[in-house]
Amino acid sequence: MTAALVAALERLVGSRWVRHRRAELATYAADGLPTHESFPGIVVLPESKEEVAAVLRLLHLLEVPFVARGAGTGLSGGALAERESVLVTLTRMNRILEIRPAQRRAIVQPGVINARLSEAVASHGLHYVPDPSSQSACTIGGNVAENAGGPHCLKYGVTTNHVTALELVLPDGTSARLGSAHGEPWGPDLAGLFIGSEGMFGIAVEITVRLEPIPRQVRTIHADFMALRDASEAVSAIIASGIVPAALEMMDQSCVRAVEASIYATGARTDAAAVLLVELDGSPEAVAADGTVVDRLLREHGAREVAVATSAPDRARLWQGRKKAFGALGRIAPDLAVQDAVVPRSVLPEILDRIAAIRDRLGLQISNVFHAGDGNLHPCISFDRRDADQARRVQLASREIMEACLAAGGSITGEHGVGSDKMEYMPKAFDAASLDLMCEVRRAFDPAGRANPGKVFPLHTCREWRQGGVV
Amino acid sequence: MSDRAFERLRNLLGPEGVERDPRGLPRAVPESDDALALVCQTAQFEGWKARVEGQGSWLPPDGPADFALSTRGMARIVRVSAADLVATVQAGTTLESIRAELQKHRLWLALDPPGRPDRTIGSIVASGTSGPLRHGFGPVRDHVLGCTVATGDGRLVDAGGQVVKNVAGYDLTKLHVGGFGGFGVLTELHLRLRAQPAMDATYLARGGRQALAGAGQSAVESQVGLVALELLAPAIAAVPEWTLAARLGGTVDGAHAEAARLAAVTGLTWEQLPVERAAAFWSLVARAPLSGEVALRLGGLLDGLPDLTDLVIEMLGEGLLAAGLGTGALRWAGDAEAEALKALRHRAAEREVPLTLERAPWPIRRVVGHFGAYREGVGLLVDRLRATFDPNGVIAVALEGRE
Repeated sequence: MTAALVAALERLVGSRWVRHRRAELATYAADGLPTHESFPGIVVLPESKEEVAAVLRLLHLLEVPFVARGAGTGLSGGALAERESVLVTLTRMNRILEIRPAQRRAIVQPGVINARLSEAVASHGLHYVPDPSSQSACTIGGNVAENAGGPHCLKYGVTTNHVTALELVLPDGTSARLGSAHGEPWGPDLAGLFIGSEGMFGIAVEITVRLEPIPRQVRTIHADFMALRDASEAVSAIIASGIVPAALEMMDQSCVRAVEASIYATGARTDAAAVLLVELDGSPEAVAADGTVVDRLLREHGAREVAVATSAPDRARLWQGRKKAFGALGRIAPDLAVQDAVVPRSVLPEILDRIAAIRDRLGLQISNVFHAGDGNLHPCISFDRRDADQARRVQLASREIMEACLAAGGSITGEHGVGSDKMEYMPKAFDAASLDLMCEVRRAFDPAGRANPGKVFPLHTCREWRQGGVV
Repeated sequence: MSDRAFERLRNLLGPEGVERDPRGLPRAVPESDDALALVCQTAQFEGWKARVEGQGSWLPPDGPADFALSTRGMARIVRVSAADLVATVQAGTTLESIRAELQKHRLWLALDPPGRPDRTIGSIVASGTSGPLRHGFGPVRDHVLGCTVATGDGRLVDAGGQVVKNVAGYDLTKLHVGGFGGFGVLTELHLRLRAQPAMDATYLARGGRQALAGAGQSAVESQVGLVALELLAPAIAAVPEWTLAARLGGTVDGAHAEAARLAAVTGLTWEQLPVERAAAFWSLVARAPLSGEVALRLGGLLDGLPDLTDLVIEMLGEGLLAAGLGTGALRWAGDAEAEALKALRHRAAEREVPLTLERAPWPIRRVVGHFGAYREGVGLLVDRLRATFDPNGVIAVALEGRE
């Protein structure tokens, strides 16, 4: 990176908001993925959409690649930049621009922290539904890039179901407005295409989100099981009953023990093989009626104890245990690899058995905390990256888990994205023609391929790279 | 040209795979996605334009093209996974056959699109036409987990997957839902299902438009748990007054409780329809748009819906208007001139409301376009994407419209 580029960026956003010394860059050299580290060439922190456009125009003219970044909580290495790239960090763009209660919409800048949005609209009886476990730190812009989910997406859908319009700055510095406040696309559904594109199509500088009424009543049910398979079958029975819980989460014994040994303890018994957290919401009458059915199904499938959180603090305590599980697991070992994969719900018991077998064979500690209702697994591998052999086994276990999920008809990621971490699995998930087409679609937004280069698609899967004779 | 295309297609697909449509145009009816892709490759090579259709029951078969390409030969339900609530179906499968198959498993595809029951799922997805159930279950895009598509140049590509959560790669499925075929021909779909609720009840109230809209708004604000809440013009239900139709489902006790709340918060007198009459009523609502030449949808917001309804009635008349009071989605069907539709689109755009033309004769589609003019920066993106998926313009579709 040249001094001239630094100076030019400083003129655009102010010298305080351009970082280029190694010590300053260290903050941005990692995200939530412990196995990857990469120092960007320069970090720039624009404050407005105009500044973002000016920065991207400059980088376009100079043909410099860039990576957009929110809070850096991503778990797939998607927000890491190489030293040839400029990291455009959007945390200063953290204003809620408009709240429209009558329309149940809000317009936010990309750096708004997920949980802050719900807090800001709570006085209107509304909330923003997608609730990743990192919601106290992650940004809405990052959620858009990854199409983030969360426990309550079982009933209400993921980010793409809650973002209705986007204002973009494209990689050449020009603007585009996608979607509409209602959500009906203004043309083809380009907003739907943009969401989850992992920062490779441009930067969303204004995001219109759908707000939902805070449910009139919420019931959180905690059930423990002495067999993991019983808990999995209880999940299937609840879904098959026609009831759609707001959330349906599972933690295995290893995870429960980690939580109960931490400050996030919920009082759960640690001899259980699995714990289910079922949340119902709606009118008091419907919640009561559905609650009776769920209680019966849990017991019929072997629940040892079924308890209902009777107060808001009780509910908050149970959810803290679930959402801070990753933090609790982080205490076990120096590093934690949080994996993300999806399987058809019906194969949950088999895939959990398979993960246990991989764990035992490779001598690793793997804990499971996941969105059981939609088959979205998060095997968490505790390890020490300084132990090269252990790190190798972690990689091997991750690969075997991904391959098992794909073989079961699942996906390599349900909400964390592909990023740098899972590129190698993409050719296993998609055939060459489908991968080629995705590479071509990217060029519609970014003909030069300068936005978040080197992510999602292994280079050799793109047709023009192959045609270039490199292979 | 027509005879040559007919012969060429017959050589490709065999005598069973090609026929003449009522206007004498060759109609290719491939029975597999490979064969369909081959037809696209051939069309690209020959420089032909294809008019894509399912059963031909929604869009009139009148677009200029060298041949029709129908998915009606691909009507197989590939797989129903009751435990996973996922079905895989070929694009030419009709909605009624999907419903019949799912009924055996006590499952449900929570889509009630306009049109006849023999509409193909490919047509419904390509046009993004949802119905009143959008209130409870979202628009068409929320029901499609993944798809296989033949691009205009004959590549078979996959998008999305078969699981309910999936962020591997770009979400290309979104381009195809409501893309009117502009980005390829759907050949197979993975659909999200639901278990049939223990109770599914329909309630109707009749009265003046404003009074019903106000009462419906109360139900929305009070969070009555409904799966549909539709305000219907008199012509739809063939009654003198407007109708407010509410549908609710769930456990029996829960549904009864919601019905009681509905009555309490709206202050209306509701008639509960017996099961058979309820099915007939919703079938009537679905078929209503076919009574007119034109069907369109507008995406409004909750607080703007009364004004938007006034605007549509002022410019096009009451017609067969249906408004989702909990979603802001408004559908109008009837007869209208192109100029009136363009004028309405313009007035709606002033309110930041998009108008999508769902159905119309070709002379109107050609001029008005399904989407009309795009907003800032979008036109170039759409052009590039169209060139990516259909580089030689094989698929004849009027996305933008022109003078």
